[in-house]
Amino acid sequence: MNSVDFLQWVRGPAFDAAVVIFVLGVIFRLFGILMLGKKPDLAEPRGGEWGPGLRTVLSRSLPDRGTFRREPVTVVAGYVFHIGFFITLFLSAPHIELFHAWFGLRWPALPTPLVDASAVITLLALVFLLAYRLANPVRRFLSGFEDYFVWGVTLLPVLTGYLAYHHLRLPYHALLALHILAVELLLVAFPFTHLMHTFTLFVARWYNGAASGRRGVVS
Amino acid sequence: MPVETTLADSLCAHGISRRGFLKFCTMLASLMALPPSAVPAVAAALEKAKRPSVIWLSFQECTGCTESLTRSAAPTIESLIFNVVSLDYHHTLQAASGEGAEAARHQAMQENWGKYLCVVDGSIPIGNPGYSTIAGVANADMLRETAEGAAAVVAVGSCAAFGGLPYADPNPTGAVPVSELVTDKPIVNVSGCPPIPVVISGVLAHFLIFGGIPELDTLGRPRVFYGQTIHDRCYRRPFYDKGLFARSFDDEGAKRGWCLYTLGCKGPMTYNACATAKWNQGTSFPIEAGHGCIGCSQPNFWDAGGFYQPLSLPTGAVTQTAAYAAAAGAAAGLAAGALYRRHKHARQAVHESVTVDDLEKPDKS
Repeated sequence: MNSVDFLQWVRGPAFDAAVVIFVLGVIFRLFGILMLGKKPDLAEPRGGEWGPGLRTVLSRSLPDRGTFRREPVTVVAGYVFHIGFFITLFLSAPHIELFHAWFGLRWPALPTPLVDASAVITLLALVFLLAYRLANPVRRFLSGFEDYFVWGVTLLPVLTGYLAYHHLRLPYHALLALHILAVELLLVAFPFTHLMHTFTLFVARWYNGAASGRRGVVS
Repeated sequence: MPVETTLADSLCAHGISRRGFLKFCTMLASLMALPPSAVPAVAAALEKAKRPSVIWLSFQECTGCTESLTRSAAPTIESLIFNVVSLDYHHTLQAASGEGAEAARHQAMQENWGKYLCVVDGSIPIGNPGYSTIAGVANADMLRETAEGAAAVVAVGSCAAFGGLPYADPNPTGAVPVSELVTDKPIVNVSGCPPIPVVISGVLAHFLIFGGIPELDTLGRPRVFYGQTIHDRCYRRPFYDKGLFARSFDDEGAKRGWCLYTLGCKGPMTYNACATAKWNQGTSFPIEAGHGCIGCSQPNFWDAGGFYQPLSLPTGAVTQTAAYAAAAGAAAGLAAGALYRRHKHARQAVHESVTVDDLEKPDKS
């Protein structure tokens, strides 16, 4: 298999397989969580559920003052990584073409130098966060294989995409193939690791907020 | 034409001025990424170069590669360079036919054993030797026989270099590129469908000047001509960088000359000199004519997922696959949830309540 065959394989059967594992896995887990259900609450509600729920989704998405004071580096680098990752993923022209083919929706792309810069910032933030994690004995103690694995599968698509755009080391088609393969690895790992937080975090925030709202307390 | 004639004599006989010849040498030197100071050396070497014997084998091909080189409105120096090599065997161009033609090939091989260039266009069918024969000889046998005494083999066109159209899925003839049959000779892949004329003549000129084959990339192509992608040298590249794309071949973006990436241009993965050397004596290249690059100098470009499909897209019907996967995931999630609930209810049903009396410690007294 030469590098062009490899590109065809990752764009074809491998991509299909990765999408099947990703979609099936994510939906399976979400339905599984929702099917756990909730015990009927017989107490008289002391407030609404939707309003406080949505408010908590917002309030917990913003850095909490106490947390920020204790861990400013984690909060800032975490935000930088997530924003950079979303810009790189959703505002680069080749990616938008993919989403258009998939969902039929299209939006304007950012100029490539800006996407390029956001990819570099994302990579730096990821490397910095790893170093920061390793530098502290407590954080190191709390980290397991999955944390490093998830870090790796998140870094690889950004890194290979950057290398492909700049044609570094290998010809473009080989790097593009590696980039798509890295994305497939991420998709496959997604439902089985805490990458699932992408889909569960807003539901969880809403759930906490709604429960508190019903009891008439601030979440 | 006698073999002793030098290239300079031949060009002079064809009415090419010294100025024209030096201009060509300068272009070749720049294409080969040689410094300007090398131009006199290139000119001197080319002037003195003796006509090498060339045996051109045409297998499963469309003659487009020969057309590319020979069909021009006015004879170019590239084509004349080609004319002045001692082309001892070429189906399309030679006057002789039948046994006379084959005799010419054998004679050229005997007289120039170990020194001649074997140029191949077209892929070679190995599914059945009868699929393509010349004078009753299967293509594969003729290639092996001719390559044996060659100084080097030049695979001209994507068919000879990578299999090309005959090699495309389902490859009914079992076509293979030259490199699968010839393993003990230096092979230069001059890919393209067809290759750019100056690239073909550039490889021949390199052989004449330096007496060997140029530096090759991982796919066996001369790095000097295939070192950069179409995308990197495309005049529409600034539009790609700005995120300005034509959405159809006749929309406002297309009229303004915006990037054709979304219309399936394969420029980013295609290594060739089209954007710099251009076609039709430097007139333009396909993207300049308003059509995306189809990636014809890359292996398997016929099967690379559709000429009009953007490069970043998967080749399969992903949306449909994803919909099935979502349905299966939902069903599996619901089933797992239902199983869990049944288990929970079953456990609740057999649960025995504990009263305070049960917990009371037995009286020790």
